[in-house]
Amino acid sequence: MSSDQVMRDMMANLPVPEFESTPWASPPPLAEATVAIVTSAGLHRADQDRFDGRGDVSYRMLDRGDRELILGHWSSNFDRAAYVSDHNVVYPIDRLEELAAAGTIGAVAPRHVAFAGNQPDTVSEVRLDTGPAAAAELRADGVDVAILTPV
Amino acid sequence: MCALAHVLEEAGIATVVLASMRAVAERMNVPRVLHCEFPLGRPLGMPDNAEFQHGVLSAAFELLDASSGPVLVDYPEVVEAVETPLACALPPRFDPDIAPSIDEAQGLRAAYERAVARRGATEVGRAIDADGVAGALADLERVAAGEHWKEVYGPRLDTIAIAHDIRAYYQEAALELAGGPPPGARQAEAWFYEETEAGKTLAAARDALTEQEAPSGITFYMQPVGR
Repeated sequence: MSSDQVMRDMMANLPVPEFESTPWASPPPLAEATVAIVTSAGLHRADQDRFDGRGDVSYRMLDRGDRELILGHWSSNFDRAAYVSDHNVVYPIDRLEELAAAGTIGAVAPRHVAFAGNQPDTVSEVRLDTGPAAAAELRADGVDVAILTPV
Repeated sequence: MCALAHVLEEAGIATVVLASMRAVAERMNVPRVLHCEFPLGRPLGMPDNAEFQHGVLSAAFELLDASSGPVLVDYPEVVEAVETPLACALPPRFDPDIAPSIDEAQGLRAAYERAVARRGATEVGRAIDADGVAGALADLERVAAGEHWKEVYGPRLDTIAIAHDIRAYYQEAALELAGGPPPGARQAEAWFYEETEAGKTLAAARDALTEQEAPSGITFYMQPVGR
């Protein structure tokens, strides 16, 4: 069995945080929308603090122009080499720039967000504290749509 | 990631999750999910393939047209991991007086430096930098040979970060040496664990740590599941 399948089977049986309802935001038309990337890959600039490996609930704001960020997620259980070859496979910032230039999306957000996916099981802090804080920063930048990229 | 979708959506930001674990996503009432059966670590599927990545993003943005949710759509293209090791030659034995793993790591240094210069960044640095790889391997050789980890490391065991850095050093060098298009998912990992002396040393040290009843949370994350 492949390592990916082992991980999928493991995760399929773990308890997940309960969300009884589905919130729903209605975005403007895509050609008018400001789009951000929110990733759980733990990306950060070399001059930003690293994520620690013990359920770090913090996040890093990444500037639109940042490239060659460090992949700070602690797990050894995913393909880390693809990101080294091409950051867009995790953080498709160059693709968003192309879509904005073509007029497909309204704008690329000035800032993007990275969390580290290895969270405590309840994800309480992300739900109640750091998640809303990151969302408020994105809203302050006029973000309408977020593409979420887990590793 | 699915929890963050809830948080963002409540704040008025429409979200699409590129989920690789369908069974998790479907239990969490996430507003919009594009389930992509791609190798873990590649939410956009294929590195160095802008056309493929645009296909994924286009499918993700289509979900914004729905008027209510949850919406969960399967992306039609599947990408499989490749378990065969990357074809990458290892340096010949150079200094017979040092451990094979250390000799090998030193032989890869030039390729590693070229890789860092090309990319302008490195993943090495969580616990050690490139200068620390030889010493870190020497420590792991001691653990693998049976010394107790507290003798080698003192009270704090940081071998998840050390293992990450050694593997990153090797993988960055290997991608540079192999050249050509990016390898399939798991190929660099397979090369490291199955073909390099450092990979074997790391595996042996992990086994020794397990026998010494080092904290299981540390030994578990020293290398991928199934290895």
